[in-house]
Amino acid sequence: MRMAFWLPVVSLWRRELVRFARDRNRLFGAIGQPLVFWLLLGAGFEKSFAPQGIASGYLEYIYPGILLLILLFTAIFSTISVIEDRREGFMQSVLVAPVSRIGLVLGKVLGGGTLAFLESLIFLIFLVFLDIPISIASLGLTLIFLAVMGIALTALGFAIAWQASSTAGFHAVMNLLLFPMWVLSGAFFPAEGASRWLAYLMAINPLTYGMDGLRQSLYLTTSGANTHLWFCVIISVAFAALTLSAAVWQVYRKEK
Amino acid sequence: MQAAIYVENVSHKFGERIALDSITLQVMPGEMYGLLGPNGSGKTTLFRMLCTMLPPDHGRIRLIDKNASASAVRANIGVVFQHPSLDARLTVLENLRHQGHLYGLKGRPLSQRIEEVLDMMTLTDRAKDRVEVLSGGLQRRVELCKSLLHHPEVLIFDEPCTGLDPGARRRFWDDLDILRRTYGTTLVLTTHFIEEAERCDRIGILDRGRLIAEGSPEELKRTVGREVITLETRDPKGLQLQIEKIVRRDIQIIDGQVRIACDEGQQLLAQLYPLLQEKVQAMTLSVPTLEDVFVQRTGHGFQVEDL
Repeated sequence: MRMAFWLPVVSLWRRELVRFARDRNRLFGAIGQPLVFWLLLGAGFEKSFAPQGIASGYLEYIYPGILLLILLFTAIFSTISVIEDRREGFMQSVLVAPVSRIGLVLGKVLGGGTLAFLESLIFLIFLVFLDIPISIASLGLTLIFLAVMGIALTALGFAIAWQASSTAGFHAVMNLLLFPMWVLSGAFFPAEGASRWLAYLMAINPLTYGMDGLRQSLYLTTSGANTHLWFCVIISVAFAALTLSAAVWQVYRKEK
Repeated sequence: MQAAIYVENVSHKFGERIALDSITLQVMPGEMYGLLGPNGSGKTTLFRMLCTMLPPDHGRIRLIDKNASASAVRANIGVVFQHPSLDARLTVLENLRHQGHLYGLKGRPLSQRIEEVLDMMTLTDRAKDRVEVLSGGLQRRVELCKSLLHHPEVLIFDEPCTGLDPGARRRFWDDLDILRRTYGTTLVLTTHFIEEAERCDRIGILDRGRLIAEGSPEELKRTVGREVITLETRDPKGLQLQIEKIVRRDIQIIDGQVRIACDEGQQLLAQLYPLLQEKVQAMTLSVPTLEDVFVQRTGHGFQVEDL
């Protein structure tokens, strides 16, 4: 029974990786744009933005935000295919196979999540240009946040893609929901300096806690762990559980 | 004998549009059953129900056995879709292996089974090729392999030959023959090709969501009569009235042509000759086809305009 559950999950997961490895464009696509963003925004706001406690300026401030953006972009790239796959492609044959719907979602989301995680790892190399002291604990916690947020965002993308009728619709959701969620996560500017209503929006945005947790993990060596960090962990894991459930629910719902 | 598939009084609506209207039919084990109908007749909706993708609003569909759960049904059917379901970036072998995993097959037994089906479809030397480099016909054969891996009792196809050239289409039908001989598998397929329906043991003809005829192709054609006369004319209405006066029965106008189903075509033509000489541009006398069955029962042509 256990075996029967995991075999298709692993197979679906592996397919995501193989496809990705065979498509060079995707490898650079998800990392190129955030990289350009990082350099342009970082250099552009260098003098006009002076966040507290950050030595090397905006380039450093926005660095964890770019990590999150890479996760978001990879998640979107790997779930957008679901829209056509389901009606006129590969997913059709998965749907008529005796595969549990939870297994289907897990395979696809873990696959996309793994890709997002790996892409963010590549970007983590740029840490060497920043003046952030890194320890095993801070790196470990950072990786955990990247993995959890990678899965959460892929599951969110999946849930949206599964009910979208066209890729154009998905792009609309991306521009109106996913990208603003990123902007309002604290990736771009801290809530303290934002106007009141925006700060409220940022407080109810689940990505804010993933972002904050990621940032705190990176600076763990200098600032140490506090209760707020654990709060971020809990919210982020809950967010991942919620988006996964939403994805599973979408698949069941569309079968009725 | 117990039927392999029961469709009992199935109806389905999409919004206000009736896609299926009280369909009842049975498919016996080992039978090749064709669902023939023009686009929009409801055959793809019925296909999706048969392969467990869409539960019907009303009525029941029973596959394999009475109390089978969706997942038990899934384990026993093989499905080939109208649109390709292969991952074009993966090789033939990778696609098949993945498919096997979905059905709980793995390791040595899976490799053996893959070899077996590739051999049956003479695809062994293409196993390492990526699907994207294969021709449409070859891809179809890989789809067929894919659907066979888990020894399904019932195979269900949706418009299996759409987009294939005549050679590949012939080849596909030969493959189905091999399959039936080897495994005695029950086959259900939807099609809008008359020639394909002719090759089935039994067919159900669908029109606008209703099953308008069912039987073997021969049985159905016999109901039309022995011959069909088609007359091309500039004034179908007028000709229809005049002929009806002479032969004293109902004559149909289909797609601007006057159509008479009868048993003694030549005699009838002789009888009508004076009239035809002056009004008719072209006439044909032919043996009825399934298209004639469709036309006879529905009063309209087979190529229905998109509504």
